[in-house]
Amino acid sequence: MSGARLFGPAWLTEGVKEALLQALVALILAVPLIGLKTVQEPGGLGLQTRWPAVAIAVACVFVGRLLLVIARHIWPPRPKAAHSPVVAARIRRFVRLLGPATIAFALLLPFLPFADRYVLDVSILVLTYVMLGWGLNIVVGLAGLLDLGYVAFYAVGAYSYALFAANFGLSFWACLPIAGALAATFGILLGFPVLRLRGDYLAIVTLGFGEMIRVILINWSSLTNGPRGISGIPRPDFFGVPFNPSPAPDASAFHTLFGIAYSPIQRVIFLYYLILVLALLTNLFTLRIRKLPVGRAWEALREDEIACRSLGINPTNTKLTAFAIGAMFAGFAGSFFATRQGFISPESFTFLESAIILAIVVLGGMGSQVGIVIAAIVLIGGPELVRELEEYRMLAFGGLMVLIMVWRPRGLLAFREPTIRLADFDRTARARSEPAATVP
Amino acid sequence: MPPFAPAAGGGNEQPTALLKVEHLTMRFGGLVAVDDVSFEAPNAGITAIIGPNGAGKTTVFNCLTGFYKPSVGRLTLSHPRRGPLYLERMEGFRIPQVAGVARTFQNVRLFGGMSVLENLIVAQHNELMHASFFSLAGLLGLGRYRRAEAKAVERARYWLDRVGLTARADWDAANLPYGEQRRLEIARAMCSQPVLLCLDEPAAGLNPRESSDLNRLLIGIRDEQRIGILLIEHDMSVVMGISDKIVVLDHGRQIAEGEPRQVRADPAVIRAYLGEDENEDLPPEVARDLARDGGSA
Ligand SMILES: Nc1ncnc2c1ncn2[C@@H]1O[C@H](COP(=O)(O)OP(=O)(O)O)[C@@H](O)[C@H]1O
Ligand SMILES: [Mg+2]
Repeated sequence: MSGARLFGPAWLTEGVKEALLQALVALILAVPLIGLKTVQEPGGLGLQTRWPAVAIAVACVFVGRLLLVIARHIWPPRPKAAHSPVVAARIRRFVRLLGPATIAFALLLPFLPFADRYVLDVSILVLTYVMLGWGLNIVVGLAGLLDLGYVAFYAVGAYSYALFAANFGLSFWACLPIAGALAATFGILLGFPVLRLRGDYLAIVTLGFGEMIRVILINWSSLTNGPRGISGIPRPDFFGVPFNPSPAPDASAFHTLFGIAYSPIQRVIFLYYLILVLALLTNLFTLRIRKLPVGRAWEALREDEIACRSLGINPTNTKLTAFAIGAMFAGFAGSFFATRQGFISPESFTFLESAIILAIVVLGGMGSQVGIVIAAIVLIGGPELVRELEEYRMLAFGGLMVLIMVWRPRGLLAFREPTIRLADFDRTARARSEPAATVP
Repeated sequence: MPPFAPAAGGGNEQPTALLKVEHLTMRFGGLVAVDDVSFEAPNAGITAIIGPNGAGKTTVFNCLTGFYKPSVGRLTLSHPRRGPLYLERMEGFRIPQVAGVARTFQNVRLFGGMSVLENLIVAQHNELMHASFFSLAGLLGLGRYRRAEAKAVERARYWLDRVGLTARADWDAANLPYGEQRRLEIARAMCSQPVLLCLDEPAAGLNPRESSDLNRLLIGIRDEQRIGILLIEHDMSVVMGISDKIVVLDHGRQIAEGEPRQVRADPAVIRAYLGEDENEDLPPEVARDLARDGGSA
């Protein structure tokens, strides 16, 4: 029809145009990022150019985009709307099976033959991120508040434990609620001024808050020991009984208590179960609160804040509870992190952590508990398992995220189970009233 | 007998109006969207606010429901149990919560990703929060919350039946056809147990059959729940049959208030509706009706 149609069908012409545009963007980015490299030279810093690498990168973008266009043409993407009832039912059945199976597997993991120290360490790391993902999911997935500074509350929890344990000799179990309460308080303090902001603005302010906390941790040396961090944080004990290879004659240790030989892995297994229980508590809490007025108000707020106000729901308080409770779970996770590492420094609480936790929530499918577990395993466990890739690890990580977003733009398991069904409600109500009805 | 009997004990013999709007004015910079509007809305009655596009009808609603703070004016709601409340002084979300003013929106605003039933349960948020000690009772699994929720579900079921959506209870609200979304929005507003229901162009986009169903529903709500209804309508012919009272706005000013018969014959109304620019809003047969009635008055 038009003169612009040089070759092939119209969609292909469009695709080539699109790919060219993206290649141009890639070129603009690649010239400073890839093309120029600073090198040490005898006289100081020198510039090295790498134009072939730029050409390769731009060509990759062009070809990749073109392939994507062709793939889209051959397999048109499904509409982005909600899943059809059939797909939803299939996902629901899958999740119903997967959830309990995953929990059973997690409970047995330390006793499986391949579970050595390394596997347990990676599992603990994955579980920490599962817990953080579930905590952030309350804020982002349920209440729909984009929080880019979640790591700040994680840091508050970690430092609370470290400082209370080191300065007052409090045990882990005494510090846990303190850390949670302090993190929640910080959540409320941050929430008050910023929760009137929406979307992008809230994201930017929370991002700033995350950085602020880190900078404070670096500079408040008298309290936090600055960038050197806090070391010698008390390791966890088994409800008051230490994991100690050679206890004093009159004191007990974990292995003497159970009459088994000492092994350093006992502490690791205990840490594993500790984080598993903490994570499952987070999950249980979320599953419960979704069915309660507060949880339903969070989701309603995510769907339409104006409609919420017209129904007499106080948006500020509702958002604050989501923020505070999300922060509380980050505080719990932070205490665990501190006791597990025995050493913390501001280095551990950078923006990258917030970004990874958010990526877990988004890739998992906002609001999907099982999706978050899968995303945490893929994003945290995956890079650990492919350590051989070395410096290409982050590249693989980024590529994987792009692939997931192309394949499932709404996240791995984006589907929402209603918190109440009229059909189920009637069934349980009937079951409850039947025995009473038979009484004359 | 409806299981959710009228909240308002009185009847239309109550001497004071449910809502009294005095000198309501709303300015946006230089633009005066609502200019010195005063009217009353009776309890257990349908008061229609009509006028051409941009007349300021939605702005009146936004002032009443706390989305805008009026520049000037007093909005008195004579609550059957709580006495007179001054809406212009109340914070937005407290107007539905304390004064019992519920509304719908010109562009339907549902919780699209939540189910139909959930939409109706969220509408009972404040009651459920009280019953569950701010959700704590529910978190601890106390029976108190379960009973409150069961009651909320029964209320939701009643309104689902009334608007004919019982079979759709477990659907996502966003997946409903347009007409059903409008009905769900009304059911949701009713689940919050209002004393004043404000409907912003509920008939917009409905086909004639849906539209007459809607009229029957509104008359039913008025006669059974005995609450006040404020009804915004764009089109005069729709409201003539069901309203007890009509307020006509044009370019922000109130040009008439009274019973349908009076308003229909009011020369100012006829001029506004039959002016050179605005009569495209009106079906020709209504325009003819108006012209005839106006001429005979
Ligand atoms: N928030 C606002 N800011 C500026 N002008 C507004 C605002 N809301 C409404 N208006 C203006 O007020 C006038 C009345 O609008 P509206 O009440 O929506 O009319 P109606 O509902 O009768 O069609 C319009 O001219 C509109 O542009
Ligand atoms: Mg309007």
